Amino acid sequence: MAHPSTYKPTSGFGKWIDTRLPFPRVVHDQFMVFPTPRNLNYWWTFGGILTFMLVLQMMTGIVLAMHYVPSADGAFDSVEKIMRDVNWGWLLRYAHAVGASMFFVAVFIHTFRGLYYGSYKAPREVLWILGVLILLLMIATAFMGYSLVWGQMSFWAVTVITNLFSSLDSLIPGLGTTLVEWIWGGFAVGGPTLNRLYSLHYLLPFVIAGVVILHIWALHVPGNNNPTGVDVKTERDTIPFHPYYSIKDGFAIVLFLIVFAALLFYVPNYLSHPDNYIPANPLQTPPHIVPEWYFLPFYAILRAIPSKLFGVIGMLGAIAVLFIVPWLDTSRIRSTSYRPIYKWFFWLFVITCIALGYLGAQAPDGWYLFFGRAFTIYYFAFFLLIMPIVGLIERPKKLPGSITQSVLGSQASKPPSPPPPGPDDREGLA
Amino acid sequence: MAMHRFLMAAGLLTSAFAVPGMAVAEEAANGHGPVIEAQEWSFAPPFGGFKQGQLQRGYRVYKDICASCHSMRFLSFRNLAEVGGPHFSPAAVEMLASQVQVTDGPDAKGEMFQRPGRPSDRFPSRFANDEAARAANNGALPPDLSLMAKARAGGADYLYALLTGYQQAPAGFDLTQGMQYNTAFAGHQIAMPNPLVDGIVPYTDGTEPTVDNYAKDVSAFLMWSAEPTLEERHKVGARVMIFLFVFAFIMFLAKRAVWERLHRRDHSHTA
Amino acid sequence: MANPDTTTDPSLLPDDDPSRRDVILIAAGAFATIGGAAMLWPLLDQMNPDASTLSMASIDVDVGPVEEGQAITVMWRGKPIFIRHRTAKEIEEAKDVKLDVLIDPFARNANLPEDAPATDANRAATDLEPWLVMIGICTHLGCIPKGQAVGDYKGDYGGWFCPCHGSQYDTSGRVRVGPAPQNMYIPPYTFASDTQLKIG
Repeated sequence: MAHPSTYKPTSGFGKWIDTRLPFPRVVHDQFMVFPTPRNLNYWWTFGGILTFMLVLQMMTGIVLAMHYVPSADGAFDSVEKIMRDVNWGWLLRYAHAVGASMFFVAVFIHTFRGLYYGSYKAPREVLWILGVLILLLMIATAFMGYSLVWGQMSFWAVTVITNLFSSLDSLIPGLGTTLVEWIWGGFAVGGPTLNRLYSLHYLLPFVIAGVVILHIWALHVPGNNNPTGVDVKTERDTIPFHPYYSIKDGFAIVLFLIVFAALLFYVPNYLSHPDNYIPANPLQTPPHIVPEWYFLPFYAILRAIPSKLFGVIGMLGAIAVLFIVPWLDTSRIRSTSYRPIYKWFFWLFVITCIALGYLGAQAPDGWYLFFGRAFTIYYFAFFLLIMPIVGLIERPKKLPGSITQSVLGSQASKPPSPPPPGPDDREGLA
Repeated sequence: MAMHRFLMAAGLLTSAFAVPGMAVAEEAANGHGPVIEAQEWSFAPPFGGFKQGQLQRGYRVYKDICASCHSMRFLSFRNLAEVGGPHFSPAAVEMLASQVQVTDGPDAKGEMFQRPGRPSDRFPSRFANDEAARAANNGALPPDLSLMAKARAGGADYLYALLTGYQQAPAGFDLTQGMQYNTAFAGHQIAMPNPLVDGIVPYTDGTEPTVDNYAKDVSAFLMWSAEPTLEERHKVGARVMIFLFVFAFIMFLAKRAVWERLHRRDHSHTA
Repeated sequence: MANPDTTTDPSLLPDDDPSRRDVILIAAGAFATIGGAAMLWPLLDQMNPDASTLSMASIDVDVGPVEEGQAITVMWRGKPIFIRHRTAKEIEEAKDVKLDVLIDPFARNANLPEDAPATDANRAATDLEPWLVMIGICTHLGCIPKGQAVGDYKGDYGGWFCPCHGSQYDTSGRVRVGPAPQNMYIPPYTFASDTQLKIG
């Protein structure tokens, strides 16, 4: 850590635990006095929101697991039992299902924030990579969780997505089929598949929690980025995390909960698909197989590419390309606020992601397919062409001299004078 | 400046949420798809709930008409006494349950036997299994109705449209032998014959025994059956939303109060 | 705190209006606590028995086939229920017992008040004294006592004998030899007719 610890335990217990397992010291240094740029805007509250959501999903998930039956015959019925008979079961189930969607809303905003403000640039490359890893683990966890309902959409989504691996047969004959049968535990999706998805769905969130700890650690080495992208120069650029950002994050979490509660209590099934209220039938495919909304952009990319194998490569590549973003962007400027040309491409990228999401829910033909392909091309072009090229040729706007200067204007370049003594001035404050 | 960008992003995200709704509206709008009109339901608004009388009549329609082919395996007789549902009296529920025969066993001889139903029993199915159901219905399987209101796009609107959508097939429409034309059903051909006729179920509370009312009442009943905790959800939701709005306001004031010191420090230095 | 640095921690500045801020922060803390407790309650309450478990609260038993001297065991709420059709001799023995020799003087009958004494009349079915309906679980540590089958060892008092630690019960199901501390419990039940028993 860059900053020496200033923690001084005062109580007897505080001193005792500090020499044996300095957890209070870590909390004090990393989450209370931690020097945080003073100019963070509300886009920076989503890290706290995501931590809250992870805890919420884990707690609701653990209690749901007390009633859920992970067998092909019992799963669907056990979910209905939870909804109808278990005390507060309807609330816990909807909280977990709507919570998954809200979790993705938050992670997408958090990721776009990172892209916009250049939070992935040196020295925060590992922080970014850990974040993309968390996103990947979240995608896997959510996919497995949805399958556990064992409704029509659960069953067929698992069938379709696991079948994608059979595309490897075109590389090495038999490889894909062997892999897919290994995943299924049989010759088709069935009971064994469900049981292993349940086991892994329970496991992965704890892996996510571990990677989140590494993610926060990697953040705290250089400290937070900020909207100007200008490094912290003096201590005056920062304020302690507590109470300023603890209260701000708390406020943001309550606002986020308002949106969450509105969905949960009034339109809990808006983001899900009616077909998942039909028990899984291996002999009948639904007319339109649609994944959950947060997978739609990747689904659109998968179907835009005509070859099965390259479609899979494209879909996986859409996430894989995120890992190398720190090395694709050649700009010396972090924050898009100061990059007038790149800014247009960035917002077009946001529109692209939303458009791909819409297209992922449509049948892949006609104009839908055409635009699906156009936006897929732009998606990859944004990372592989625009990031490297625009960074080299663009002339950025003038950066502020410091964070404090960006907040206070040129007055801030004066050296700070001590605060004027007040009528009942006291030295320091307890 | 930041606010402007925030609103733009919020608008874009909101449009993303419009995706599922748009898909259904498109199907209804182009005339070649199913015709489903929005109806007024007591349970649709955020603070809405079910009407006890409607649910009781709807249960009657299910029991007299639909139950001859369709099971409702997630409902038990005791659910009929629930608050937020048909709210029959416990005595009425015992009577309704005892009117049906339920399979139980094995007895001391090792055989299954029939006995009158109890409140804790599930609604019995007319057929022992799916194969028996198909055999009795020319190969078509009458689906279980417990979750039907949530298992179809359009929910109660769709169910009402289906039950009132039986019509003469238009000229030139190729209707397969044994199927009926229905304006709301996907593909417009449905194996179920028109189940409702005016006057087929006697109503004792003064409501007109018309197909329209039967369809309304049984659709509301099916919505309750799919979502029996709807009223409680709305009620708890109202309290949670009020709490959160007040909490958000307090947190806003708290955040501002905490940050005041920082802003004061800045102004005192730059004055 | 030596040398408080108000340049990096403005919270250390002298206060303009501490009391107003304190009120708001206390209100915020109170709301957070209430919200937290409200979120915690469903997580705990979901472990309570669910509605379908509570609904299996009663069963009907036809005791017509149970001859005098015979006993049957049925399941109710996951527990064994001993139903014994007692002989005249067994009833006589039960009635002769003086209450002051009993280890547990209370009837433990859910159909009666808590302080009802453990007379045989308070243990057997009202107006149907040959019938004894009991939860067949030893009140010591929960084993199922022996005595239902004809060949079972019934202990010195002709009732039931618990093989786990040697507790013995009489023909009214009252504990006579420990270590069991209480008489076997009587569940809530009614006789709809002479042979139709409804438990729960």
